[in-house]
Amino acid sequence: MAGPFQGRVAITGIGQSDVGRRLGRDPLELTLDACLAAIADAGLTPADIDGIATYPGAMDNPPGFSGAGVTDVHDALRLKLNWYYGGIESPGQTGSTINGMMAVATGLASHVLCFRTVFEGSAQGAQGRSAVMTGGGDGGYRAGGFQQWVLPYGAPSAAPWIAMFAQRHFHEFGTTREQMAQIALNARLNAAANPKAIYGTPLTLDDYLSARMISEPFCLFDCDVPCDGATAVIVSRTDVARSLRKPPIIVESAGTAIRGRPSWDQWDDLTTMSVRDAGLSLWERTHLAPSDVEVAELYDGFSFIAMAWLEALGFCGRGESGPFIEGGHRIALDGELPLNTNGGQLSSGRLHGYGFLHEACVQLWGEGAGRQVLTAAGTRPELAVAAAGGGPTASCLLLSCAR
Amino acid sequence: MSQVPVPADVRILPKVTATNEHYWHGGRHGTLVLRRCRSCGYRLHPPTPVCPQCLGRDLAPEAVSGRATVATFTINHQPWYPGLEVPFVLAIVELDEQPDVRITTNIVNCPLADVHIGMRVQVVFRAYDDVWIPFFEPEVI
Repeated sequence: MAGPFQGRVAITGIGQSDVGRRLGRDPLELTLDACLAAIADAGLTPADIDGIATYPGAMDNPPGFSGAGVTDVHDALRLKLNWYYGGIESPGQTGSTINGMMAVATGLASHVLCFRTVFEGSAQGAQGRSAVMTGGGDGGYRAGGFQQWVLPYGAPSAAPWIAMFAQRHFHEFGTTREQMAQIALNARLNAAANPKAIYGTPLTLDDYLSARMISEPFCLFDCDVPCDGATAVIVSRTDVARSLRKPPIIVESAGTAIRGRPSWDQWDDLTTMSVRDAGLSLWERTHLAPSDVEVAELYDGFSFIAMAWLEALGFCGRGESGPFIEGGHRIALDGELPLNTNGGQLSSGRLHGYGFLHEACVQLWGEGAGRQVLTAAGTRPELAVAAAGGGPTASCLLLSCAR
Repeated sequence: MSQVPVPADVRILPKVTATNEHYWHGGRHGTLVLRRCRSCGYRLHPPTPVCPQCLGRDLAPEAVSGRATVATFTINHQPWYPGLEVPFVLAIVELDEQPDVRITTNIVNCPLADVHIGMRVQVVFRAYDDVWIPFFEPEVI
């Protein structure tokens, strides 16, 4: 079998904790809820787990960004590990999962528990986003690294940084807010059938167009919603996976490249971001093609990022994502490329990359219930893409599950 | 390149180091200063210790004209922390001398509605404590 992992790596189980705006729960408990659910879903026990991979690893800042690190879960479940990884400098948030896949492919581990936990909803509390932003003025804080180039200009958030990519895309290709709105409206529509969604109430184009602006062309509904929640995925050796509870989801390819400068503002093409190279490299490593994909779960931390992924993954041409999603029919649950079937991060919460991977598996296993994608023949999809990240960090996965 | 008064707004300032001192102190003399390779002429921004074009290490600070073109921008309405005055324009500008040197900045001294991609701008500094923050305003020809 072709592909970077030669068919040797599979996803065998998934799990997710409660997800909510402000759960006020111990983030390690949320993490263990997700991890134990994923282990059970695979038909394994903690004694079978011999690897851990997580993003971003344990860290205290920004508040709520990391609910647990490798050692927290390792010790809480008394795991016996042959390999582990936790870190933030990987391609996209699910780059950590790809590291787990490499560990399995090379024989360093047999069953890797991959997870991501956030509690940004609780961390920001009633004070809103400013509570978790680097504060201004009188604290004496001085910015270093990349932050020194943006914080003096009142821009501590990725919202204005990504908005500038969207604005350039609008300028070069004639993209409109009405087109971009379809990412948010489609997400909201799908969220209605996701019991864990944060926002399930209908959203109209008028609601979208009259919402307050955050950073033009982004309004409130172009920005994902901070939440609390944990997601876990089990990555296993395919030869072992065949005897487990569920049909293995084979990892056909991984897109991990970044061939331009790793920067928000020095990236060569201000309409693409690094998702361009992640998408290109996904297809360079497989015989499969974009037209084979039956469902796409694409990172929507901001609506425009999902549009950039559609182009990067070759679902439409460069600059053509606006017309591609116009009217929303093509990306709807019953459209030719169902997109963000669980409501994405825009409506179902900023689970930060791992939610898309989880949902791709839900769809491939036919567990989507009211939001399940069905092919023209009435069967569940066999091939899905899950993408995570934007700006200077991104990766994507091509996953299959034969019927 | 005129100096304008320090406004009473709240800004997070950069930490000045030996590596970036030329950039954040250049405005003291009204000039935008970048690190440049003396072997091949390439300008390095953000400044790093080895020229990525020729791998040369003979690098020195050098003033540029401060003239640039707006590559993209956003009108930011969200006050990301208390005291931040909104709306304001955040932009990425490309320097005349070397367009792949981009600077994220605010466009100042002009109505919000006038800012556009392709707009010609020039640097203007404001002093805060020990640093001179480069902003850009409409070019005066």
